[in-house]
Amino acid sequence: MASIVVESKPGAKPNLEVFSATLQELAATDRDIIVVTSDSRGSGKLVPFGKKYPAQIVEIGIAEQNLVGVSAGLASAGKKTFAVSPACFLTARALEQIKNDVAYSDNPVKLIGISAGVSYGALGTTHHSLHDFAALRAINNLIVVAPADNFETAEAIRQAAASRHPIYLRFGKKNMPLLKEDESEGFQFGKGRVVAKGRDLAFIATGETVYPALEAARQLRSVHGIESTVISMHTIKPLDTALLQETAAGTGAIITVEEHSINGGLGEACASYLLQNGYRKPFRIVGIPDEYTVTGSQNEIFQHYGISKDGLTDIALQLLGREGARPGRGGGA
Amino acid sequence: MTEKELAQRSNRYRQNILKYIVKAGAGHTGGSLSSIDILNVLYNHTLKVGPENFTSPDRDRYIQSKGHCVEALFVVLADKGFFPEEDLNTLCRYKSHYIGHPTKKVNGVEQNTGALGHGLPIAVGTAMAGKMDQKDFRVFTLLGDGELPEGSNWEAALTAAHYKLDNLCAVIDHNKLQITGPTAEVCNTDPIDEKFASFGWVVVHVDGHDLKALTETFDRLPFEKGRPSLVIAHTVKGKGVSFMENVLSWHHGVPDKEQFALAMKELNEAVV
Repeated sequence: MASIVVESKPGAKPNLEVFSATLQELAATDRDIIVVTSDSRGSGKLVPFGKKYPAQIVEIGIAEQNLVGVSAGLASAGKKTFAVSPACFLTARALEQIKNDVAYSDNPVKLIGISAGVSYGALGTTHHSLHDFAALRAINNLIVVAPADNFETAEAIRQAAASRHPIYLRFGKKNMPLLKEDESEGFQFGKGRVVAKGRDLAFIATGETVYPALEAARQLRSVHGIESTVISMHTIKPLDTALLQETAAGTGAIITVEEHSINGGLGEACASYLLQNGYRKPFRIVGIPDEYTVTGSQNEIFQHYGISKDGLTDIALQLLGREGARPGRGGGA
Repeated sequence: MTEKELAQRSNRYRQNILKYIVKAGAGHTGGSLSSIDILNVLYNHTLKVGPENFTSPDRDRYIQSKGHCVEALFVVLADKGFFPEEDLNTLCRYKSHYIGHPTKKVNGVEQNTGALGHGLPIAVGTAMAGKMDQKDFRVFTLLGDGELPEGSNWEAALTAAHYKLDNLCAVIDHNKLQITGPTAEVCNTDPIDEKFASFGWVVVHVDGHDLKALTETFDRLPFEKGRPSLVIAHTVKGKGVSFMENVLSWHHGVPDKEQFALAMKELNEAVV
């Protein structure tokens, strides 16, 4: 099978900025679009939104439980409510409000976890959200999404605004190159995007780890002749099990990649499905191990744990039993 | 509805609360009895809501933060015609929609509640939406005094005053007892009035079993333009059944056959 890996366009914007721009675009024609912030309009790139649509932004102050509870009330009365707060606080401090007031009561709040994963880098554990997929996957009636690039982010925001059900979206603040030239296949919650196709190996990645997976796939092809499928599994829940099944049938090994604890995230979701549906080939979960993260920037943390072009290349070579893997590389599991 | 009719309803509601708690074999007896007069006045006098307008965006909203006293809410909703009263025979039964806390699966329930400290923030958001849309609906929420230590209440209290939500009324069922003991001993929240007042609310005390006083108090809403209203309703846990009044074990005690008969006898004799 010929590889159809495409070259990505560099220099795109942070997904956070695309989120803000898309929201402004929506608010221009829809006065029911309401943004609720917890002293987070600056970090959420929402200052221009607040200036342009002052009647459509609600400042709560630093009180995440109240942020989510108030958002639930707004949504119950017909407001297309985006509750915006750093993912670390939103999904831990306000977990009970997410579970009860949003998901259980089916109030269609769009929970926006900004600066997610290890975006805050050296600010450390208090500011990292490496638990959110795990916590939110176990909550009924909540779609959990980590868009990978600017296209996925804009589409996710537009579709979230139109949805009448609760959704959690998380993204970071670094520039995210577009994954595909051709976006005609579109974007849909619960349907993974195939970014590249190859028969030897499949990377199933999510959010800001899809791009390093794509880079690793290119390197594996050009240096080692290994052809890889790369999937942006932007929706963690509901998981695209049809795509997972199809990918598993046509590959020699699977590596999942996520900016999340290796416990309870995308990898374990895939493993659970695959194990129960007959997949018996090599499998590896790459993420942040169960430890307090090494100090560093997001990039440095990614490098440290193997979420990088070289790290994922080495993990792939090890998993496939191929020579050329450098020892000591590729943390994860 | 006349004061006498309201009083008759309160009596019937108390009997129904006990009847369905006994049938279910579970329930929050004391708090349902302490809050029932408040609910009676709200649903039969104050709130502009009923089965006929429940889907209207202009309806008044009632959100029960102290969700565990759902029996009081269910008997009132049944009486208002939101669902047939016989449905309550399934309360807490296998596969019933009528669980031990408010759920939107039951017609007339605005929000799923049960975890404490959740009603006020949701009520604040709902009232805020009303202001944004320049609608006239009002939002009421009933809190237990035992849930006041939940920090989310105080977060929401700040927001309500900050956004001048005079379309919001919180009512505290101040029965002064919680599962462990007197609220003053578990975690003293007094003076509740001064605390809320300092947050920017207008606070009014009322006898939570005086139907006339409750009616008049709710008629005065908002107590002041531009400020949220708090009604501290002084109540008696287990009110209406002599051996349940102010007795801690009736927090979620279920009467046995004899106790039930005795309670019903007392209530029947008290019919006005």
